[in-house]
Amino acid sequence: MSRTSAPSSRLVILVATRKGAWLFHGDAKRKTWTADGPHFLGHTISHVKLDPRDGRTLLAAAKTGHLGPTVFRSTNLGRRWKEAQQPPAFAQTSAHGLAGRSVDHTFWLEPGHAGERDTWYAGTSPQGLFRSEDGGVSWTGLPSVNDDPKFREWMGSAQDGTPDGPKLHSITVDPRDPAHLLFAMSGGGVHESHDAGRSWRTLIQGLEVVGGMDAATVTFHDPHCVRQSPSDPARLYQQNHCGIYRLDDFGADAAGTWQRIGRKMPKRVGDIGFPMVVHPREADTAWVFPMDGTDVWPRTSPGGAPAAYVTRNGGRTWQRQSQGLPESQAWWTVKRQAMTADAQPNPALYLGTTSGELWIGRDEGERWTNIARHLPEIYAVEVAALG
Amino acid sequence: MQVLIPSALQSYTKAARVEAAGASLDELFADLDRRYPGLRFRVVDEQNRLRANMRLFVNGVGVRDLAHALRPDDFVAVVLALSGG
Repeated sequence: MSRTSAPSSRLVILVATRKGAWLFHGDAKRKTWTADGPHFLGHTISHVKLDPRDGRTLLAAAKTGHLGPTVFRSTNLGRRWKEAQQPPAFAQTSAHGLAGRSVDHTFWLEPGHAGERDTWYAGTSPQGLFRSEDGGVSWTGLPSVNDDPKFREWMGSAQDGTPDGPKLHSITVDPRDPAHLLFAMSGGGVHESHDAGRSWRTLIQGLEVVGGMDAATVTFHDPHCVRQSPSDPARLYQQNHCGIYRLDDFGADAAGTWQRIGRKMPKRVGDIGFPMVVHPREADTAWVFPMDGTDVWPRTSPGGAPAAYVTRNGGRTWQRQSQGLPESQAWWTVKRQAMTADAQPNPALYLGTTSGELWIGRDEGERWTNIARHLPEIYAVEVAALG
Repeated sequence: MQVLIPSALQSYTKAARVEAAGASLDELFADLDRRYPGLRFRVVDEQNRLRANMRLFVNGVGVRDLAHALRPDDFVAVVLALSGG
């Protein structure tokens, strides 16, 4: 059931790109947007995230073509940035005789639980999970993931990952319990902890893998994006390399089973894509942005006609939402962090494209209009209310 | 000794040439990090390896081994290698 929320007076869209970061400040009606940027021009920014616990602290995951990875922090919405004193870095010598690894870049930033002020999580490439308890100034790896032989096997090598490197992503902190965590790895499956990351169990039952391979083998699993429903924390949605899924008992004593809900997508479109977005107040409403996952995996909009698809019944049916988007010859992709929704009374969607365009989907994605063009390739889009 | 700093690292040093000390490249980068916190990790990774797109020259000769011994009057250049568009 839909509940309303009071509109925020200001919104900000946080755009992370291959060549820097931009903040787009908007009014409550979301009609006008003012660009603030570039921040970190020339840096590869994988993610910019606002801390919802204070509404003003930003973290940005950065590297450049030459320099190693780091995290920048701002406590005044990007007016001034300061580098982390101890960015995510793997242990120099790993237990269990495992080879030492080096962080190529931090890919995912996630604020901790509302009751754990200053706690953040970070996912890296190659796959690593890190925690900060001082607001992102210093980061410590979780050995239960980073230095565990079983996880290392599931992570595979750089050749098993995405073209930009294998990634740990979709870090989820359950609002019901700060010790209940989830993350996903491309590749390497979905994993859940009930003890704040000291131990983990896999959450892959029901997920399919590439044809001919064994779904019981964790390393074959490639979850692209996992999102928890804000209004029903027991429900997860997932866009996977092999379809769209839903899980209804996240947090139960026994690991749940994913149901494939993408079968009802149009056959000519398929149910492959990167991002997954869930409505802020309706657990049965979610969006995907399909891409072409046929033959050589072009990873472009199917047929060059980009569109979001929405379900309003937990995945039983899907409707196309393309009004305002290019009708043909648009071959861009929306990456896994580059689509989101705000929590206004009538939510809007936001997406960034690999061709550097920023779009807003008004009326829950029914009408798309462009906010910005000619940005560098967009890696991540977040939207936040500023009060 | 004198160390030539590339443009990408001058946000740390605020200068293209700085003074630092060390009996090896490893020690030199430790000293640089004391003077300019955060600089070392941008150049040398957590496994003590020079990052892929960084090059070091000691008196004009390319070196990748961080154990390379230095003398006080050596000139070390930290240079950005080509790294694509």
